[in-house]
Amino acid sequence: MFYRETGQFKTTYAADSALFPILQDKIGIVLILLVAFIFVPLTASDFVIDSILTPILVFSLAAIGLNLLTGYTGLLSLGTGGFMGVGAYACYKLATFFPGINIVVLIVCSGFFAAAAGIVFGLPSLRIKGFYLSVATLASQFFLSWCFIRVPWLYNYNVSASIEVPTRTLFSIPVTGPTATPSTRYIVVLAIVSVMTWLASNLIRGRIGRTWMAVRDMDIAAELIGIKLYQTKLLAFAVSSFYCGVAGAMLVFLWLGNAESESFNINQSFLILFMVIIGGLGSLLGSFLGAALILGLPIVLRTAPGAFGLSIRAATVEHITFMTLGALIVVFLIAEPNGLARLWQIGKQKLRVWPFAY
Amino acid sequence: MHLLYQIFIDPFVQMGTAPDLFVQTLWEGLVTGVLYSLIALGFVLIFKASGVFNFAQGIMVVFAALALVGFYQHGVPAYLALGLTIVLMLILAFAVERLILRPLVNQAEIILFMATFGLTYFLIGFGELIFGGDPKVMISSALGLPSGAYQIKMLGGFVQMQKIDIAAAIIASLMVASLGVFFQKTRIGRALRAVADSHRAALSVGISLEQIWVIVWFAAGIVALATGIMWGARSNVSFALEIIALKALPVLILGGFTSIPGAIVGGVIIGLGEKIGEFYWGPLFGSGIEDWLAYVIALVFLLFRPQGLFGERIIERI
Repeated sequence: MFYRETGQFKTTYAADSALFPILQDKIGIVLILLVAFIFVPLTASDFVIDSILTPILVFSLAAIGLNLLTGYTGLLSLGTGGFMGVGAYACYKLATFFPGINIVVLIVCSGFFAAAAGIVFGLPSLRIKGFYLSVATLASQFFLSWCFIRVPWLYNYNVSASIEVPTRTLFSIPVTGPTATPSTRYIVVLAIVSVMTWLASNLIRGRIGRTWMAVRDMDIAAELIGIKLYQTKLLAFAVSSFYCGVAGAMLVFLWLGNAESESFNINQSFLILFMVIIGGLGSLLGSFLGAALILGLPIVLRTAPGAFGLSIRAATVEHITFMTLGALIVVFLIAEPNGLARLWQIGKQKLRVWPFAY
Repeated sequence: MHLLYQIFIDPFVQMGTAPDLFVQTLWEGLVTGVLYSLIALGFVLIFKASGVFNFAQGIMVVFAALALVGFYQHGVPAYLALGLTIVLMLILAFAVERLILRPLVNQAEIILFMATFGLTYFLIGFGELIFGGDPKVMISSALGLPSGAYQIKMLGGFVQMQKIDIAAAIIASLMVASLGVFFQKTRIGRALRAVADSHRAALSVGISLEQIWVIVWFAAGIVALATGIMWGARSNVSFALEIIALKALPVLILGGFTSIPGAIVGGVIIGLGEKIGEFYWGPLFGSGIEDWLAYVIALVFLLFRPQGLFGERIIERI
């Protein structure tokens, strides 16, 4: 009843293949974007923006990157953190070499460096499959982490071995560095994430996305119908790493402000894999939902005891958070192995037929 | 030219001029390798029988070791503590089967993999809550494990061998041998192999999957306990040990996910390669190459044998 496409006739092919073919979706996405771009920066507190919304957006983009590789192409990767790091360090070096160039351009450009790294470490993917490949991608993770520590050139021979974000302006408003306000950074992140999500959704609807999905479903069959496996897989690695690289650059430049190799270690890779799986493999919406859940849960769990008036030691809260997170992951997997995106699909169907059962 | 010399000639010159150091490095590598094998063995057991890539193996090692030390600190005699820990691992095996594996039966591999991640997080939180996060000293002397070292005079120098390392190597080989006998000769072992071959076929001849899973997870728990004692005796027992699970992964892909001998040989190759690489080539790259060298070694092997050294041949049909 609320979500019915009855009466919405499509008279052209263009209308049929539109990104949001149903009117309600169009209204919904416009509303979400309006709220995100205008309402949130005006009303939300700096704390909410800086410690919840911005990280969710940044990690969503990384999750989209991993989802393109794991969810759409079926190549399990545990090297996401490393590729994010390549983006971040590349952006830092670019900002050092080209101080005059717009920082947003640099952030997007740093994605290309990550893409190059992705291609190199994606090379074994033709011969190695499944879990063997995931362990092979761990090689990239550890190698890149090692580089971030042992190659001082990457962090400009800084004594603290960390990268500090310089102040850069956009239309003479500071967007990076210590003087930028959280809402400014939030809007820049939101803009980049929106555009890249739109690009990704078009990419996976088109020929490239279809070849990826064919490879995911069965790579030998895909090869038999004329898909060049190697190029397809490497392209998936490149695009995925590009997204992760941009996410990594944003993580440092638009959220944290400084970073060291620890920010891009193996745990980061696992965290993003969680987001993708909990959100739903092969779903862009799922990447956002997964990121929101995985980042939001610990915050909720940490504040919950205080809200009930219980006083527990911080360390204990931390341990209970870990336990609950682990248990919830298992519960989610049992309840809905296809992820949160699947729940949304079920909900949509319910909305469509309401008040009837089917 | 100088660099080429340093890479290709200098390390071998060093090996030749100081053979005692070389033997020492070999021994270190061998012992590390045996310990890697033990962890990999836990992985292989579970992967063979349930098709689950058990990421929680590393944390099970820590958990078992912590429980052992924890019991002992509460005044339980060492051998009773050992028994209690084994009971604890049995309870864990039952819980995992009932709460995780059974509801998730027939799901995709990656989902099960993720579920073991959930288990890892849970065990980290649970373990720290009960036993505390601070490093503990393994009760190796109370368990009757030897300490001290043998000094062996050979090749114009001394080679030092820790007694605990020798004990580790012996225990590891005993464990592998008994597991081998268990798999090959006993009724349950045959059932385990049947389940590994095909879940459905095993079910159809009346093998209880649930029972098998409990047994396998219990066996992996005991392997974890042994690993925990050995690693704990070398360093301290803390959650930092968890990362050794990541060290076992290259061993696994090198040996093949389904092969017990593969885990052993893979472990030794990785252990030797890592130590020798770090000792002789590490200084060239600014040291710390241990972290990723194992993965690179495994990758090189994989490029020639995608299923690992001893893995079952991968046959793909359409």
